[in-house]
Amino acid sequence: MLALFKRDVLLAFRSGGGFGLALAFFLILVMFVPFGVGTDRAILARIAPGILWIGALLACLLSLDRIFQLDAEDGTLDVLATSPLPLEGIAAAKAAAHWLTTGLPLTIAAPFLGYLLGLPQAGYLWLILSLLTGTVALSFIGMFGAALTVGVKRGGLLLSLLVLPLYVPTLIFGALTVVRVTEGLEPLSPWMLLTGLSLASVVAMPVVGAMALRANLR
Amino acid sequence: MGFAMTLVAQNLTCKRGDRLILSGVSFTLNPGDCLILRGPNGIGKSTLLRVLAGLTPPAGGTLQIDADQIAYAGHLDAVKAQMSVADNLQFWAGIYGSGDAGQTAHHFGLDALADRLAHRLSAGQKRRLGLARLHLSGRRIWLLDEPTVSLDTEHVSLFEKAFADHCTAGGIAVISSHLDLNIPGAETLNLGQFRARHQAQSNPFLEDLADAGPL
Repeated sequence: MLALFKRDVLLAFRSGGGFGLALAFFLILVMFVPFGVGTDRAILARIAPGILWIGALLACLLSLDRIFQLDAEDGTLDVLATSPLPLEGIAAAKAAAHWLTTGLPLTIAAPFLGYLLGLPQAGYLWLILSLLTGTVALSFIGMFGAALTVGVKRGGLLLSLLVLPLYVPTLIFGALTVVRVTEGLEPLSPWMLLTGLSLASVVAMPVVGAMALRANLR
Repeated sequence: MGFAMTLVAQNLTCKRGDRLILSGVSFTLNPGDCLILRGPNGIGKSTLLRVLAGLTPPAGGTLQIDADQIAYAGHLDAVKAQMSVADNLQFWAGIYGSGDAGQTAHHFGLDALADRLAHRLSAGQKRRLGLARLHLSGRRIWLLDEPTVSLDTEHVSLFEKAFADHCTAGGIAVISSHLDLNIPGAETLNLGQFRARHQAQSNPFLEDLADAGPL
């Protein structure tokens, strides 16, 4: 499992790996918001948590189809499925590698982009914390969607449609954590719900992801 | 080894999608046996291998095979283009937790290519790298789908020798091929005889009615 995780992380940084894609998209989206909304600092500060969370979520969505598609195209997935690794382990390793190469960089970039939008001071710590735990759910739920659509050529649209509704609770609790703290309320309860969501998807998604893979490999 | 190592297929029925392809496939392979699957394109060689590998469940019949001993090599080479030859082998050594990547590279004449990125390899070299993985896996049942496609004659004989050595050492090999392979002691199974009879007239609506029973 560790070998697969390491290889996936390595490949993400190689050419065509799509490491920069999510970050660049996140940067572009957040930078364009003031052009579209106007430069009123009060409005920008108010919508900053939501924009940052939606940006991170969409950026995460961009690289989901690579999780299994590249391995399916060159036959690696068939061989992995017959290897000593259980499919659940394969699914978990791939989701973890996706988080490390997408969720973590987005979390690190978010405070800088928050500064561009004039996010209130109190929000930074909770922005980082909420993204750090929330992107785990995004990667694991997304991996499940990728496993469902692995046999579909150019299945990006289908994948997005399948995954977006599943992303809604993560988005609500993630953004709410940051919104509440900027409004001077306690952020702990939505954050705990968000973390619970992430932990649950870490446990459940590899299992259902493996079921989806098994059905698609037929 | 012993009983657990035998591969027994009894009355296997294979489907590709909803279409019945093969029925009544039966054979028994003991350690040291090599079976070559022959038949025209589309007869179901790849489908049968996928069933044996456990990727597709059989539609009927029984299959007894030790899933922990299977090494499968399909049409595609399972080679990562952005990684070097040595890294590719190292990765599979890590997955199977066995084998010596350097030694395997030497065995299959991949030494000189070790540092080359796999996307700069020729089709035949890729094939060799993909097949070197089998050797690396240390597994005893090899399932190979057209392994000698795009290999030159010299390397075809290298592979024939590798398969023969594997079987001599007590392994099992099932190989689909449309070319003649020179492997001493190998049996040939022509899949034409197992072609499913209703193949041409599969009609999902009729099947639904049949499943529903008398109306």
